[in-house]
Amino acid sequence: MALLQITEPGQAVDPHQRKRAAGLDLGTTNSLIASVREGVAETLPDEQGRHMLPSVVRYASGGIIVGDEALTEAVNDSMNTIVSVKRLMGRGIEDLATLGDQLPYRFSASEGGMPRIETISGSVTPVEVSAEILRTLVDRASATLDGDLDGVVITVPAYFDDAQRQATKDAAQLAGVNVLRLLNEPTAAAIAYGLDSGSEGVIAIYDLGGGTFDISLLRLRKGVFEVLATGGDSALGGDDFDRAIAGWIVEQSGYAKPLATEQLRGLLMASRAIKESLTDNAKVDIDFDRDGVQFKGALDRATFDELVAPLVDASIKACRRAVRDAGVELGDIHNVVLVGGSTRVPQVIDQVANYFGKTPLNNMDPDKVVAVGAAVQANILVGNKPDDEMLLLDVLPLSLGLETVGGLAEKVISRNTAIPTERAQEFTTYKDGQAAMLIHVLQGERELVADCRSLARFELTGIPPMVAGAAKIEVMFNVDADGLLSVSARETSTGTQASVEVKPSYGLTDEEITSMLQASFEHATEDANQRSLMEARVESGRVIEALGNALAEDGAALLMESDIQALQQAIEKLGSLSEGEDHLAISEGTELLGRASEEFASLRMDAAVRKALAGRNIEEVDKEI
Amino acid sequence: MDFNRNYFEIFGLPVDYAVAEELLADRFLELQKQVHPDRFAAGTDQEKRLAMQWATLVNTANETLRAPLPRAIYMLELRGVALKHNPALPPSFLMDQIDLREQLEEIEEDEGDLEELDSFRKKMLLAINVVQAKFKEALDEDIDKAERLVYELQFLSKLMVSASRLEEKLLDY
Ligand SMILES: Nc1ncnc2c1ncn2[C@@H]1O[C@H](COP(=O)(O)OP(=O)(O)OP(=O)(O)O)[C@@H](O)[C@H]1O
Ligand SMILES: [Mg+2]
Repeated sequence: MALLQITEPGQAVDPHQRKRAAGLDLGTTNSLIASVREGVAETLPDEQGRHMLPSVVRYASGGIIVGDEALTEAVNDSMNTIVSVKRLMGRGIEDLATLGDQLPYRFSASEGGMPRIETISGSVTPVEVSAEILRTLVDRASATLDGDLDGVVITVPAYFDDAQRQATKDAAQLAGVNVLRLLNEPTAAAIAYGLDSGSEGVIAIYDLGGGTFDISLLRLRKGVFEVLATGGDSALGGDDFDRAIAGWIVEQSGYAKPLATEQLRGLLMASRAIKESLTDNAKVDIDFDRDGVQFKGALDRATFDELVAPLVDASIKACRRAVRDAGVELGDIHNVVLVGGSTRVPQVIDQVANYFGKTPLNNMDPDKVVAVGAAVQANILVGNKPDDEMLLLDVLPLSLGLETVGGLAEKVISRNTAIPTERAQEFTTYKDGQAAMLIHVLQGERELVADCRSLARFELTGIPPMVAGAAKIEVMFNVDADGLLSVSARETSTGTQASVEVKPSYGLTDEEITSMLQASFEHATEDANQRSLMEARVESGRVIEALGNALAEDGAALLMESDIQALQQAIEKLGSLSEGEDHLAISEGTELLGRASEEFASLRMDAAVRKALAGRNIEEVDKEI
Repeated sequence: MDFNRNYFEIFGLPVDYAVAEELLADRFLELQKQVHPDRFAAGTDQEKRLAMQWATLVNTANETLRAPLPRAIYMLELRGVALKHNPALPPSFLMDQIDLREQLEEIEEDEGDLEELDSFRKKMLLAINVVQAKFKEALDEDIDKAERLVYELQFLSKLMVSASRLEEKLLDY
């Protein structure tokens, strides 16, 4: 892989002020962490020189083991060794049946409807398991980079829904890392690819990993990566290829009884080895004999191709839809980029080439390209490249809507809308004096509520008494740049803010997160107070630095001398406050300084907008006014 | 922040139904480069909040001005005209609409002749263009007529959506 060389602009950040940032590819099968060092984005190896960390967590009696050492025990201790946990993120316990898996774990339900996995050291949620993987990688990066990370970018499949994204963010919170942004995996790959090639135009990123499939179409223009459309299947990947082979072996062996956990795990691991071997060989000999399942024979590529054809076809179908959604013709697509380990399968490469009518590019290591792109973005977001013009504009992957009468879903924001975005929907009461209303938030493309994902249910209370149809209730959907949704509501004819209670359908409740955090503090024997103090200082430092820079840049142009002095004094005050030990006082001071500078921040933003339109600097624009 | 600025002003464009698409697309990118939350990921909560509001506004404005129907509705809104839910429309127009719906159904029953569907869509596009041209003219001369034309545009757009759905179904998307 051509290492990514990033040319530093004239005004590079002073090396002493450089922040530590990293990109994390939290994969179904493998996870990686990458960082930009001396202008080069590269994945970071562990002490043994291994870059990829198998996404496997083993809960052993002696402690928690993550990675290769856990993987070797996956067959022998399958109940306590969690693999492919990403497939469970943001899922409800009743979803597990539809994941097409016989998952080899014992599940129980948690308060928020999220499944818990029973292990030897108690029950854990998928969020906690993912947090262990994140923590392992973050520790690796801190050791390599010689200090704590200031921020990370975590990648998620573009096709992840709101619950899956939220679960990923929760995992990061548990792991104690500052998330600068959730970034879609194909977009990350596009950054790595686009910067490497420098070419403009429309590119298609076909990403088939272990557990998820994504297709994204992006336009690269004027340094902006604009996602035109995205599609895929958050439950389609190499794991399914393995399962197809396992099913074939069982069929050939004539074994008719249902498979036990250990048997299944053993079969799947063998199948994966067979599949990977078929990438370079036309035929693979099999001699499988384990726990009563016996088969001696061979699997050739033609039979394998037949086995996985429905899976590959499903991915191509998603490509067609995405191309259509993007409003481009196949001929407009300049390049097709392959990402993910499963794009090594010859049949996949052939089908993709066949559909797009183009030989796909795979000159970048498909395993590393996502982490590398995330590292580039993290380096920019953390503030190490203030002059970089690169920008990413992403879209909402799946439509958001509300339940209406008759079990129908009504779209409020349709898929592939540019984010961040907001949309209001108006409702009315259907009974005289109705004081409350139930609102059900959904995600998905289908017409029936039952076919969509349920994100949250609201109870809207405090509607003033009126005749039926007179109340006007406005439900506001806000989607942020991470693609995460928040909802608020108010009664508009009287202006009453109706109170809203959101209960995520498959999330962790706030209480659950708090108690997990507390448990982990006890683990680390870290004082929670000390941690709060540290966090308060980091935030106050951030505000002081940002405001100081802003004053230096635009203070003279936008403010009166007396205002500048007042703000500078306030900065100094917060500075000395931060040297104290009272985290509440520091937080309060930070908040006050924020409010005092509200007007200035707003003025700066307006000026930036004017400057963008006029292509001139702030002073010049200002003189005209 | 001045939320009352109209969408055209945000992009520095003249308030005119005929929008220079290329220019709009360029200005959109230029503005997002300034206000997108990614620019403030390392900033204060206040900056993040402002950036999020601005980027949302710029996205909404872009979506509204980019497509003909939302742009037409917005032009009416700027003139203080709110659309009615069940407007009265001339019977002849409604008859035409029923006719067009039937044509679409026939194509579906005809085992979905793709060529027929294609020519149907071309016909619709032509009709939409005609209504748009009339709308642009009526806007300054006869606001009631402009409003009526928007309802027509709504009908035609819905038909186009149905035609696209049918195509998706026929092509098995
Ligand atoms: N040589 C190969 N031939 C076929 N498949 C391979 C080969 N090498 C790896 N794979 C498959 O690639 C998959 C892992 O890919 P990758 O590491 O990109 O996934 P991931 O990032 O962990 O998952 P995801 O992106 O879906 O969350 C596994 O199913 C693995 O068997
Ligand atoms: Mg991956």
